[in-house]
Amino acid sequence: MTTAGFISIAVTLLLILLLARPAGHYLARAFDYERTGLDRIFLPAEKLICRLGGIRGDNQTWKQYAFTLVLSNSVMIVITYLIFRFQSFLPLNPGNIGNMEPTLALNTAISFMTNTNLQHYSGESGLSYLSQMVAIVFLMFTAPASALSVIMAFIRGLAGKPLGNFFVDLIRSITRALLPIAFIAALAFVCLGVPQTLEPAAVVTTLEGAEQQIARGPVASFLSIKELGNNGGGFFGVNSAHPLENPNALSNLIQILLMMLITTATPFAYGKMVGSPKQGRVLFVSMMMLFLLMLGVSISAEQAGNPLLNSLGIEDSQGSMEGKEVRFGLAQSSLYSVVTTASETGAVNTMHDTLTPIGGMVTIANMMLNTVFGGIGAGFLNVLMYAMIAVFLSGLMVGRTPEFLGKKIEGKEMKLIAATLLVHPVLILVPSAIALALQPDSISNPGFHGLTQVLYEYTSSAANNGSGFEGLGDNTPFWNLSTGIVMYIGRYFAMVALLAVAASLAAKNAVPVSAGTFRTDNRLFAGVFIGVVLIVGALTFFPALVMGPIAEHLTLKP
Amino acid sequence: MRTIWITVRTSLVLMLLCTLLYHLTVTGIAQAVLPYEADGSILYNEDNEPIGSALVGQTFTEPQYFHSRVSSIEYDAAGSGSPNYAPSNEELITRTKEAAEAWKQANPGSPLNQLPIDLVTNSGSGLDPHISPEGALVQIPRISERTGIAAAELEKLVAEHTAGRELGIFGEPRVNVLMLNLELQQLLNK
Repeated sequence: MTTAGFISIAVTLLLILLLARPAGHYLARAFDYERTGLDRIFLPAEKLICRLGGIRGDNQTWKQYAFTLVLSNSVMIVITYLIFRFQSFLPLNPGNIGNMEPTLALNTAISFMTNTNLQHYSGESGLSYLSQMVAIVFLMFTAPASALSVIMAFIRGLAGKPLGNFFVDLIRSITRALLPIAFIAALAFVCLGVPQTLEPAAVVTTLEGAEQQIARGPVASFLSIKELGNNGGGFFGVNSAHPLENPNALSNLIQILLMMLITTATPFAYGKMVGSPKQGRVLFVSMMMLFLLMLGVSISAEQAGNPLLNSLGIEDSQGSMEGKEVRFGLAQSSLYSVVTTASETGAVNTMHDTLTPIGGMVTIANMMLNTVFGGIGAGFLNVLMYAMIAVFLSGLMVGRTPEFLGKKIEGKEMKLIAATLLVHPVLILVPSAIALALQPDSISNPGFHGLTQVLYEYTSSAANNGSGFEGLGDNTPFWNLSTGIVMYIGRYFAMVALLAVAASLAAKNAVPVSAGTFRTDNRLFAGVFIGVVLIVGALTFFPALVMGPIAEHLTLKP
Repeated sequence: MRTIWITVRTSLVLMLLCTLLYHLTVTGIAQAVLPYEADGSILYNEDNEPIGSALVGQTFTEPQYFHSRVSSIEYDAAGSGSPNYAPSNEELITRTKEAAEAWKQANPGSPLNQLPIDLVTNSGSGLDPHISPEGALVQIPRISERTGIAAAELEKLVAEHTAGRELGIFGEPRVNVLMLNLELQQLLNK
């Protein structure tokens, strides 16, 4: 890679770093219900929405909180399902797009409600403007808002405070974080060339005299919440590889910053809310190290390129360019692929199916670990779970009851955590095995890569990422329903179980810190944490990765 | 039951706020302030007929034009997509070999080892408006022979249409093929 490529990545990471702490403190203030100067603007709006919605805003127990989360999200799935099913009878459909097929509509509704944004349809031809603008974008706001609410409730539990009220948190997430930032970013995207129109596709006559249709629409407002909310579903079929959805390297930079903003801010918000900034900083640094490891592997693999093509005698210094766009080149494509899978966004500016085997493996590994920052809320929830596992394992090694933030972690918590830990690989590996046995025809690329395609689909679903190895023929009832189930369980199981853990910890008396306490705010803990993430992740998924990307890599010989 | 009722009511309120109000405000501002960008950067000729988008690539097959990258959808921007070939896919190797072979036939003046990889690979979107500057320069011998325009003049044209990295840092240097060919067409018309 060129020096300019390295510098562009370094500057991007620096910007992420600079934004994370202030954004985290802003979140902490907003969700600790502290009074801030911005209350004057936000409070009246929030009160109005609460009144219109009939929300009282009492503190909830963890059971009420979890129940409200799952029920309200399920109702939203039903509402949007109905819109997709009947879009042809509804207004704002200049392209005369038909109703969605039932399993596809269900898959799409679950996919967007669970912040996954797996897309088995193509935006240009599958959805009316109403479906895109109202149904999809509604979920693009409420899904990350739901997850942000849960993580904030979880942190309050750890801090020994009441969990709060789900609906109040949901609305705060939207009014104080998602909506204002999305609005500003949308305007910035328009300045950089992203369309924002209600006109149907433009029809032009090309220089060579052919007719070309150019699909467009309200892309900018869609794009900004897609990235900020770690949603990732593209307005166009090819997502942010489309020149109208990502016209240049600056729009690309803003997208990367938006994807990382809230998820990198959360550890800082956590540190502030539990009254010990170091606790958050250690986790941030640990995740950043995992991130850099992934990025390094990805870049070196993509730069080496595809030996089968390079051996044809062409000029290959650009690296692997199949499925990549010239305006981003190697550095920004590689970076984007790592950012989008680390933050579980799922937007792509390069086709992941065409990445070199090892570059592709990095993207899957990010989703398998699901702790390299992770998506809004859900990611940090996982990180805290791994932190407790790290504490527990350390406790076992020295023979002392493990403590986390002064609360003893005992059998009840560990059972819930262990179950959550196991659900993720089960959701990935079992359906992959079934699909390989029953649906071999959906695989578009032969050989070891075919296995990776299937593995990727379920990993992406379980981790609520939503990107795909898009060659897979996945718009069939089998794939729609199976990935729908995986996304639903992948989303809510962990949230409910971990809310129970938080409530159980909150009810315990704090143990005073002594010389024998295993500290969770220093370098030793960072090392143990990274070790646990890598060992637990590698042990679970290594065999699958060997049979997929690693085998493909080893067979790429000219 | 109460939760369901609250969810339905809140959903309706949020749909108004986060979707209709949000989109329409952004659309209103965008259309008022930046109508060209907001409509998709559509280009018009002297007769005010739309001839393309400055951001979306087009197919060029005639030898006197600069050619774009490979596109399995032939730059049909009603959709978007690529064949998603894995690095190990035979079809990828075959397609690239054929493209390299066709290149040799059409460009006897430019050896294969100068052919940059972006010209024989499919972009992610199938609509990539750009090629690398090297990818434009390497086509000059063919175009110069076809059109009779001196190579030096074409090189100047390519240099004028080479956009650098954004802010000097981000992305890669590139040439917008449609813009370059529009200019080339003007030269040809003279």
